[in-house]
Amino acid sequence: MIEENIEKKDQNHVDVIVVGGGPAGISCAITLARAGKDVVLIERGKFSGSKNVFGGAIYAQPTREIFPNFEKEAPIERKNIEHKYALLGEDDSTVISYKKRHEDPVSYTVIRAKFDRWMAQEAKKEGVVIVEETVVRELIVENECVVGVRTELEDYYCNIVVLADGVNSLLAKQIGLRGDIEPEDVAVSVKEVIKLDKEKINDRFLINDDEGCIYELFGGPMLGMLGLGFIYTNENSISIGLGITLNELVERKIKPYEILDKVKSHPTIAPLIKDGEVIEYSAHLIPEGGFKKVPILYGAGVMVCGDAAMFVNNLHWEGTNLAMISGKLAGETAIIALGREDYSENTLAKYQEKLEESFIMKDLRTYRDLMDVMHDKSEDFLGYYPKKINSFFEMFTSVNGIPKKDLYWKFIKSIFKDRGLSALFSDFTSIIKLLWSILR
Amino acid sequence: MNDSKKDLENKLYTVKYNPDSESHLTPVPESCANCRSKACTFVCPAGVYEWDEENNRLIVNYEDCLECGACRIACEDKSLSWVYPKGTKGVTFKQG
Ligand SMILES: Cc1cc2nc3c(=O)[nH]c(=O)nc-3n(C[C@H](O)[C@H](O)[C@H](O)COP(=O)(O)OP(=O)(O)OC[C@H]3O[C@@H](n4cnc5c(N)ncnc54)[C@H](O)[C@@H]3O)c2cc1C
Ligand code: SF4
Ligand code: SF4
Repeated sequence: MIEENIEKKDQNHVDVIVVGGGPAGISCAITLARAGKDVVLIERGKFSGSKNVFGGAIYAQPTREIFPNFEKEAPIERKNIEHKYALLGEDDSTVISYKKRHEDPVSYTVIRAKFDRWMAQEAKKEGVVIVEETVVRELIVENECVVGVRTELEDYYCNIVVLADGVNSLLAKQIGLRGDIEPEDVAVSVKEVIKLDKEKINDRFLINDDEGCIYELFGGPMLGMLGLGFIYTNENSISIGLGITLNELVERKIKPYEILDKVKSHPTIAPLIKDGEVIEYSAHLIPEGGFKKVPILYGAGVMVCGDAAMFVNNLHWEGTNLAMISGKLAGETAIIALGREDYSENTLAKYQEKLEESFIMKDLRTYRDLMDVMHDKSEDFLGYYPKKINSFFEMFTSVNGIPKKDLYWKFIKSIFKDRGLSALFSDFTSIIKLLWSILR
Repeated sequence: MNDSKKDLENKLYTVKYNPDSESHLTPVPESCANCRSKACTFVCPAGVYEWDEENNRLIVNYEDCLECGACRIACEDKSLSWVYPKGTKGVTFKQG
């Protein structure tokens, strides 16, 4: 019996097992396969992407680092040329837009069910063994070292396990790399993909065939809440959705899809999606804890990357890029460890060093205070001020026989009246403190 | 049926599921009976949980689950036992 077990352990032994076939896991696995290592990637979905949801846009430069030819070969929807920031009032809006037809696009919209699947196929071509429709239920730990994974059917053994199992990472929790996730550390997002003719999309968003436009939505039915909406254009469809911090939903007792329906019927948004057919509804969590909530990133025989490590820069809707690059760095660290045949914490600490040197930890550190301020001040910064900006423009564009000077003074007085001096001062100091924490 | 519920049902019609014969979501009845917030009944994007006043119990329509994890984190006393459905089961996003 014991002999049988040992034999089985040998048969099922590889260099590295990666759990999770999203951008983090695939990038890690392909990095290892390219260096000639034996790597198995385990994904619980029918195929990579089948359990994944995002806005969204992938970023050209980091994606090229893993897939140099993706712009020619991958299923891409549109290249983004315009970014719009829409401050929605109850029935009005102020929109700021930045547009540039880059020679070298910054980002592309993709459909995850197609794009992740393509990435996984590329990884397979490079020698990664992909096991789909299989859930890793727990990690196998021997002598305080992770030595394998237990799936529903079988145990697999390896030298290193890389956890790229996404925001819920039950596995990082199992081995104590992190505690429970708190409701203020994730946003619940709901999304719809709405089918619409290409020509209609081009006309409504003022773009050409292969060009895309991104909307970031503030306020509207989310006024005063820590929540953000988005619209992305795909080739023949539009993605619209939002993310609201889970504790806001709990405290306010609101349902996320009801908010989405209200966003969809806002007078600024409704014409963009008019007559479209919803072809898929979906939901997913976004890790929002930021720098202060990053878990322990490695231990003997194990590393954590992507969403499982809270690597999301939510202000910029960046996640896939942090996932890809952290996956790659975990892969490179594993290659060093395999070379030394040393999978101890000591060697895998190299992963943390690499992360610290990269934009990942630097950017997370830059925004380390952002979420504290936003939790504190969401009513004001995402409620009062957006409303006030809209009422400024309402005043500014009005033609009603009242002298302009009177209008201006009335507007200025209204701010002092509804906010009061001490609240204004406190808002001002929070902003200065936040800016200082970002820039210093 | 109220409008919001109907609207949600229409949304869920667009989702491809392969439901298991047993639930991957297991609340603890005593916890739910004492739970004040019943947070799971409104945070869930698929409306999986409904509170049954009459029988003082939580109804779990696990077949509709989108596997996001929100209920697990929102559960008032973290008593809800939550696992991923089996590899071949649950939701398959065609867009995502
Ligand atoms: C609404 C929304 C909008 C977003 N918009 C953007 C955007 O526009 N641009 C951007 O860059 N990022 C965006 N993000 C963030 C981005 O999607 C994530 O940061 C990124 O997908 C993380 O990649 P990952 O590989 O770490 O995790 P995931 O993509 O979540 O992949 C994890 C994988 O692991 C699998 N898995 C989990 N547990 C197990 C297990 N036990 N066994 C086997 N398999 C398992 C899952 O099925 C999944 O395939 C958005 C996120 C959301 C929710
Ligand atoms: S929040 Fe948790 S304890 Fe409360 S009803 Fe829901 S599952 Fe039960
Ligand atoms: S995981 Fe998400 S969709 Fe599934 S029951 Fe929980 S909250 Fe609802």
